[in-house]
Amino acid sequence: MIMDIKIAIRRLRVTFSKNEILKGVTVDVYKNTITGFMGPSGSGKSSLISIINRMIDFEDNVRIEGEVRIDGQSILDGGHDNVELRRRVGTVFAVPIPLPRSIYENIAYGPRLKGIGDRATLHYIVEDSLKKAFLWDEVKDRLGISALKLSGGQQQRLCLARTLALKPEIILLDEPCSGLDPISTAKIEDALSELKKDITIILVSNNTKQIARITDFAAFFYLGELIEYDATEKLFTTPSMKKTEDYIQGKFG
Amino acid sequence: MTNNPIRKERFVKWVLVVFALSSLLFLFLIFMFIFFEGLPLFHKVGLKNIILGFKWAPTKGFFGIFPMIVSSFLVTFGALVIGAPMGLSCAIYLSEYSGKKMKMFLKPALELLAGIPSVVYGFLGVVYIVPIVRDHIGGSGFSLLATSIILGIMILPTIISISFDSIMSVPKTYREGSLAMGATKWQTIYKVILPAARSGILASFILGMGRAIGETMAVIMIAGNALKIPSSILDPLRTLTGNIALELAYATGDHRLGLFSTGVVLLVIIMILNYIANFGIKRRT
Repeated sequence: MIMDIKIAIRRLRVTFSKNEILKGVTVDVYKNTITGFMGPSGSGKSSLISIINRMIDFEDNVRIEGEVRIDGQSILDGGHDNVELRRRVGTVFAVPIPLPRSIYENIAYGPRLKGIGDRATLHYIVEDSLKKAFLWDEVKDRLGISALKLSGGQQQRLCLARTLALKPEIILLDEPCSGLDPISTAKIEDALSELKKDITIILVSNNTKQIARITDFAAFFYLGELIEYDATEKLFTTPSMKKTEDYIQGKFG
Repeated sequence: MTNNPIRKERFVKWVLVVFALSSLLFLFLIFMFIFFEGLPLFHKVGLKNIILGFKWAPTKGFFGIFPMIVSSFLVTFGALVIGAPMGLSCAIYLSEYSGKKMKMFLKPALELLAGIPSVVYGFLGVVYIVPIVRDHIGGSGFSLLATSIILGIMILPTIISISFDSIMSVPKTYREGSLAMGATKWQTIYKVILPAARSGILASFILGMGRAIGETMAVIMIAGNALKIPSSILDPLRTLTGNIALELAYATGDHRLGLFSTGVVLLVIIMILNYIANFGIKRRT
């Protein structure tokens, strides 16, 4: 099966002050798949995410070399509109902190920034996003309450929903379930499995079981280097590198 | 002294408690003092004749300080009009835009601004602001406008430091969340960060007002101290604080008591402002 490449990363080297965080990484992320990035902390996987959504722009003293292309277009050259990029590339962070507003306003925030002011359209987007994030049934009667009153698991799904409201082509999830209970985790995983029909998903996680459960491709990073990248099934059954095997078996990390 | 460590601990704690409470004691003494000296005149002349009276001629039995109350509020409001936008902009710049080096340079500069004696501000006002107002805008220069400008600068450190703290205490995740949803930096600031820091910012304005209304030396030097309600921003005026400082040196008898009454009014206004800043705004969130 030939698959389209959505994100092409070539020889990516990232340096913070004097620390080399990524040491020349090359990865292809395929369209409409879930790709898992795993590795112990300090492996550079979160930095890789922050390159793809260009959130790294808000850090000081960063040097980036190499190439990152989305749909063949470089996102690292200066002429790129990073605000526009972040609307195409949604991000869900590890700690699900919604904005201090109502549930409805949290989701309508992004579309409003894009200039969507029509009430009916906004209502539709809010409902649709919440449904896709498997949260609609739990909150449909209280969209006006503060989002901060929701449980942790609900807040994380709300963060997913507000990302979906932007109709992104790519969603990056940076350890989205690290603080969640198993039931909430399962709901997020279900949502992601549905969403990949339309969206390319990158899931960063320390949880190897989760990577094995829901991803199609998986990459293992260690100290800024890509150790192994393959179809998830292959990587978890017959890893070609000893380090990968040790990590998967929980011998370190 | 004993060698028993538990008793030693207890001893240290009580010493600290005594000193901690002494500040409360000073506050209490100030209140007692001002009120004991100031209240008898209210009784004698009548509350209404003092705070709503237009005529201040203390040697002839007129103790009306209404023009001064209005003037105090006018300069305070004027200071806010000038200081609030500048201070808030500076706080936003410091917290959101400036790099580490700029911050390291600006913060001590601001602290220095707070440490400059008010007489120096008054000097600055007399030498520069007053002539500029006189030559380019009109009037004698000693005016509501000049006073507002100087007070606006004087309250900057208060507004900046408290606004800055409240902006910095907005969780980083709010910023990230907003930026990741395709908001620009400025959209993030005015749609997410400023609303989240709103209570602290308002508190900084109110505390700035408290500082402006209580300022004396600089005000006497540039306000002109005329005993009337100013009819334009170029008119001179006299504030409550100015009234006390100008006349206390030679006042005797009821005149002296009248100045204490002025102090009572001032103290009550400042208490209300502080109450609003600390309880009305901060606690609500």
